[in-house]
Amino acid sequence: MKTSQAQSHPLDPLLRTDRIPHIWCPGCGIGTAFATCLNAMKDSGIDLVQTAMVSGIGCSGRGAGYVKLDSYHTTHGRAIPFATGLKLANPKLNVVVFSGDGDLLAIGGNHFIHAARRNMDITVVCVNNFNYGMTGGQVAATTPHLAKTTTTPVGNPENPFNAPLLAYASGATYVARWTILHARDLTESITEALLHPGFSFVEVLSPCPVNYGRRNRIKPMDMLKIFREKTIIRNDARPTELDLDFDKGIVLGKFVHDTDRPSCVELYDKTCRPQER
Amino acid sequence: MTGDEACAEGALAAGCTFFGGYPITPATEIAERMAARLPRVGGTFIQMEDEIAAMAAVVGASCAGARSMSATSGPGFSLMMENLGLAVVMETPCVLVNVQRAGPSTGLPTMGAQGDMMQARWGSHGHYEIIALAPSSAQEVFYQTILAFNLAEKYRTPVLVMTDEVVGHLSERVVIPDAREIQTVYRPRAKGRKDRYKPFEPGERGVPPMAIAGEGFAVHMTGLTHDERGYPVMSVECQEQMVTHLVGKIRNNLDDILMTESYRLEDAEVVLVSYGVSARTALATVDEARERGIKAGMLKLVTVWPFPEDEIRRLAQRVKGFVTVELNLGQIHLEVQRAAGGRVPAVLAGHCGGTLISPDQVLDAIEQHFSLSRA
Amino acid sequence: MNFWRVPLDAHEVDVPRGEVHILEERCKGCGYCIEFCPKHVLGVSKKFNAKGYHPPQVVKPEECVNCHYCEVICPEFAIFSVPVEEEEQDARGGDLSA
Repeated sequence: MKTSQAQSHPLDPLLRTDRIPHIWCPGCGIGTAFATCLNAMKDSGIDLVQTAMVSGIGCSGRGAGYVKLDSYHTTHGRAIPFATGLKLANPKLNVVVFSGDGDLLAIGGNHFIHAARRNMDITVVCVNNFNYGMTGGQVAATTPHLAKTTTTPVGNPENPFNAPLLAYASGATYVARWTILHARDLTESITEALLHPGFSFVEVLSPCPVNYGRRNRIKPMDMLKIFREKTIIRNDARPTELDLDFDKGIVLGKFVHDTDRPSCVELYDKTCRPQER
Repeated sequence: MTGDEACAEGALAAGCTFFGGYPITPATEIAERMAARLPRVGGTFIQMEDEIAAMAAVVGASCAGARSMSATSGPGFSLMMENLGLAVVMETPCVLVNVQRAGPSTGLPTMGAQGDMMQARWGSHGHYEIIALAPSSAQEVFYQTILAFNLAEKYRTPVLVMTDEVVGHLSERVVIPDAREIQTVYRPRAKGRKDRYKPFEPGERGVPPMAIAGEGFAVHMTGLTHDERGYPVMSVECQEQMVTHLVGKIRNNLDDILMTESYRLEDAEVVLVSYGVSARTALATVDEARERGIKAGMLKLVTVWPFPEDEIRRLAQRVKGFVTVELNLGQIHLEVQRAAGGRVPAVLAGHCGGTLISPDQVLDAIEQHFSLSRA
Repeated sequence: MNFWRVPLDAHEVDVPRGEVHILEERCKGCGYCIEFCPKHVLGVSKKFNAKGYHPPQVVKPEECVNCHYCEVICPEFAIFSVPVEEEEQDARGGDLSA
């Protein structure tokens, strides 16, 4: 027997290879988060023809542009409501939202909590790079306290969202958080999220070397080492203990996996449509 | 039934299967009726968290193949402008109804106006063309909602139905024809080899055939300037090509899209140009003016956008002037003036909204501005 | 493989072998694959690709256990590993303490 002579990357069939290399900077983790998402799509065994990816605006929002599936690069913050329309109009579709923290949690924050409340049948992969990368590194709703950005030149006076807590409190029925370094756990979580019938949320902490890293004097490799050293894996941790604070240590894991609550589509059909008697 | 109810019935008759809404006076009744009716005919209604989300869901649903719509009024219309632009650029068919109330801002929520006509034209950023209809009765709301869906699907574009509080809440007799008499159009569909399909390659009438999510065409759609493959291209050439294409879809099909109605226009010396509820005032004024011996006629705009400027231009060759009757301080009036090109006077009979214009106000405008031969 | 205590069933475990493929032109030189390869199979190459980055190179091919970590951590879809099938593996020897 011989070594496989495969010369193309195993994810190439899922990529618009004519658009590679992508726009993400050297050392940026979005590519890794994106690759794990594609691997999870493969691993989950879902019908990829019936799978659509929706993104908003920002660096991570470019994700939809690289996947060779039905893919929609929408307006800033609106990926979730767009995905909601897509899913409700054709409930057979698997709808994956791949976007960034600014897009999903700040300008799209209202849509995020309401989709979670409805237990809308979509999977949201949120790449959190702690700042607005596309516009040059401004403070975000996820920037750690005292971190420097172009709009917090002496340090962020505010505190960041605990995104898993926000998702859980709003009604999300699958919630996990990993970093790109934890690529295997991350892939496993996204796989579970894809197979989960309600609102599933996976936060992916990711380095932004060119903006966040540079202003806070963290080299890309050092950021990954921080991800290794300043994180604690604690599955089923209480969502209130998941503050985004590198000094205290950041808790990773799978926190919520509630399969009892019916999803939005299920509840709508049961409640609003005429039932056969 | 009321205009709002007729709108919901028209939408259902047109085959609408998705409504993304948010409550707002005086458009709420459309959402209410759709909420009750849609799930019984296999469609889906959802009340979103705001109008931004409602419009985003409408565009998303259309990408999944639904005949998709929303209905709102001024403040919600402003919020929907963002994703209306997305629908234009992604070429997703959808219908948006604006039951206009007096503004600016929160304005007079329970009172009608026609102050959003220019917002309908240019409300979303960037250069584009749009189709906007303006029904003046509950019956017209019914038919024009169907027409709106058909135009939206045919041209892969959002279509606006610009009604107002008075028409929306007016209870009138509405005849709903047999379903077999209602023609519905669905978007041109993607065919052929899936690897060769380009989602934005113009087809018949310049309209690209559309692949919907889940058909296996693996389409990419973006709000960025894109080429025929749907891929973002940040170049002057691509911008030129895309915007020219979007604008051309409407401008090159005016013969099919433009619709006006005329009343006693054959020998008219003064033409009342009007639309929506104000056309009812204009209609009454024409008869009253004729009784006073003034040769008045009416040009009623069914499609306000695109604007029938050639028709106005032709009329300007033979009539003595135009009076635009509308519930604002001069919006479509500006278009009439532009098309009249200074050949004859074009004046406005309008006010700020909140109540209708009376025929007397229009007659005053005629008599003040035109010295006309009396029969 | 280095163990502080050799597992009792170590002789029964077939450690897979892999072969790393690098798509050099896709690489942007972040070095994550090199740093985080658990078997330290990779090193920085001296050459440049067309974009001016140093892609990784395989420095200890016999060490690769086909774990795919380089493949999943790479943000550029520029590296992957494929299994080396048994016969070849036997030829290379299956010494666990290597």
